[in-house]
Amino acid sequence: MTGRNVWLRAGIAAVVGFTMSAIAPAQAQQPTGKPIRIGQTLSLTGGFAQTGLAHRIASEIFVERLNAKGGLLGRPVEYVVLDDQSKPDISRTLYERLITADNVDLIIGPYGTANILAAMGVAQRYHKVFIENTLGQPQLATYEWHFSATIGGPDATSTLPVKVLDAYASTGNPPKKVLIVASKFPSANDMAKGMERALKARGTEELGMLEYEGGTRDFNSIAARVKDADPDLMFMASLGVEGSQLLEALNRIGYKPKRHFYLYPSGVMAADPLADNALSYSAFEDVEPYISTPEGAAFAKEYDARAAKAGLPYPFADSQAGNEYAGWEILIAGVKATNSLDDKKIAEWLDKNEVENIEGKRDFSGRSHTTATDMQQLKQVQKGRWVTIWPLDKRTPGAQLVAP
Amino acid sequence: MGGSAMPHLSLLEQALLTGVLTGGLYGLLALGLSLSWGLLRLVNLGHFAMALLGAYLTWWLGTSYNVAPWWAGLLVVFVFFFYGVGLHWVFMRFRVTEMASMLITFAFAVIVESTIQTIWTADFRRYETAWGSQSWVVGSLYVPKLNTIAFVVAGALAAATWAWLRYTYAGRALRACAEDPPIATAFGINHRGLSFLLSGLCAAFAGVAGVFIALIATLAPSEIWSWIGVVFAVVIIGGLGNPLGALAGGVLIGVCEAMTMAIVNPSWAPLVSFSVLIALLLFRPRWI
Repeated sequence: MTGRNVWLRAGIAAVVGFTMSAIAPAQAQQPTGKPIRIGQTLSLTGGFAQTGLAHRIASEIFVERLNAKGGLLGRPVEYVVLDDQSKPDISRTLYERLITADNVDLIIGPYGTANILAAMGVAQRYHKVFIENTLGQPQLATYEWHFSATIGGPDATSTLPVKVLDAYASTGNPPKKVLIVASKFPSANDMAKGMERALKARGTEELGMLEYEGGTRDFNSIAARVKDADPDLMFMASLGVEGSQLLEALNRIGYKPKRHFYLYPSGVMAADPLADNALSYSAFEDVEPYISTPEGAAFAKEYDARAAKAGLPYPFADSQAGNEYAGWEILIAGVKATNSLDDKKIAEWLDKNEVENIEGKRDFSGRSHTTATDMQQLKQVQKGRWVTIWPLDKRTPGAQLVAP
Repeated sequence: MGGSAMPHLSLLEQALLTGVLTGGLYGLLALGLSLSWGLLRLVNLGHFAMALLGAYLTWWLGTSYNVAPWWAGLLVVFVFFFYGVGLHWVFMRFRVTEMASMLITFAFAVIVESTIQTIWTADFRRYETAWGSQSWVVGSLYVPKLNTIAFVVAGALAAATWAWLRYTYAGRALRACAEDPPIATAFGINHRGLSFLLSGLCAAFAGVAGVFIALIATLAPSEIWSWIGVVFAVVIIGGLGNPLGALAGGVLIGVCEAMTMAIVNPSWAPLVSFSVLIALLLFRPRWI
């Protein structure tokens, strides 16, 4: 063998060896074997379909990223999603099907309080660990293996209204007259009553509480009442498009609320020019500081692209999508920590540990396995986007609470 | 508020206007049902389903094919007229009674709801138009344009139908048939032909109502059922087969609802229609 050949062979071996060493870990991470099936129902049609689609996109992104990073316990993950049509009875039936007929290994809770409560009964019957991310009344979750992915603490009805009032008070011009407009939907109504308590505690005048039935067709008369009251702050404990419907009705009678809060607004609200300066609560948005972590940034970037492609009216990652993603992170953390798909082991681990996800590090020590404290932020519509404005250390850089 | 303070006059005026205009839509929906029930002795629950189907067709033609609402409305009304004729042929062919008609048309409404859900899903649909949020300003009052047009159309249809029933041979013949079909037939009235015509008109009125529902309301398949209670009350209060009564009943209920929302609380409004109905049935005014 000539000296030239030796060097040539050595060079080839080095290149091949380097290439193999680079490829080898990637090949090792490729999940193999029978897929782990994780099932969920979502409101893909019906009254909550727009929000349901946001949850679906978030779930799909999580599962794809999980599989790209080696899957779960070395196996690929298969996401099984069924349409519950925004109806609790259908959600209940479909969770039965997921567990008994589709034989999923694990489940994730659906969207919306009513559907979650319906599905939780099924999870309890089959002893499945149950992680949900939108239960408005966590005190109703009595199932011991229930875990909330939300970060509102055990009683947001006591803490969120205080946050809203604190945020406005920080401007030096706190609201002096507050009007509450409340859906009779239980979780929304509870929040309205929480605001009543908060107003009473700090001696702020409550102009009244206008309650309306879910499914109200006509907000014209309610708009007339709001205009007549002319409050400093309109606190609307509403769901979905109701807030936008009231804003439209107010616009028709030439009134724009000075300061306004909406409890569970649809994503489209931010895109509505009438909703400028509207306030709501948040746990994740496609803005700093949430996207300062690699996981948060990657999720938000991917979500925005898919939401735009799907034609969502607000194509940016928000609380709904963030909560869904966080729920998946919690479940997978439990599986990885216990190296098991055993629901009991996962539940016992989550009960005693904290999980780091895109919404921050959180525990489950609050009642019904919520966070011990309310870690939520407040967000405001500014120039067609939600930005966070409270608390100050979570504020989007450059954003200020607008409080006319 | 909450009943503790007297509302301002401007609020009451705005609420009164809102109630009158909402009542126009109630009257428009009640018109076809009242005529069908009063003059054909058929309780057509499918009327609500057809109104909502008309709304969906108007929205679909407008958003998918850029068909203006008035052209879509004309098409819907034309097609629905023949549907009404066909429906009545079925009722006559199988000698459907008043009670049976309610059950059959209830089933029909369920089928229409499912069909709408299958085609357009159960999602909320909103027909956004440039004039949907526009109002005329009259003094301190804001008069929504679309609701006003719906009221004017409801009034025009009710008045025209009333005049037709009162002053034309066909109308008088229909009323005679409703009173006593055998005797009316013995006098040479073509009851069969006239009832086809009336059934077609009732369905066409559902189509007209549907066009305005599309423009004013948020659409969902289950909306079929949200109208039934209040419109039934309107029909009974207005008197069966009485077009002007249907409009008046609609306005009465609409105003009572709006005033309840203005003076008491919005959540009490759904109680109003049946409370008014019970009160009127107890006192039994002459027109009921």
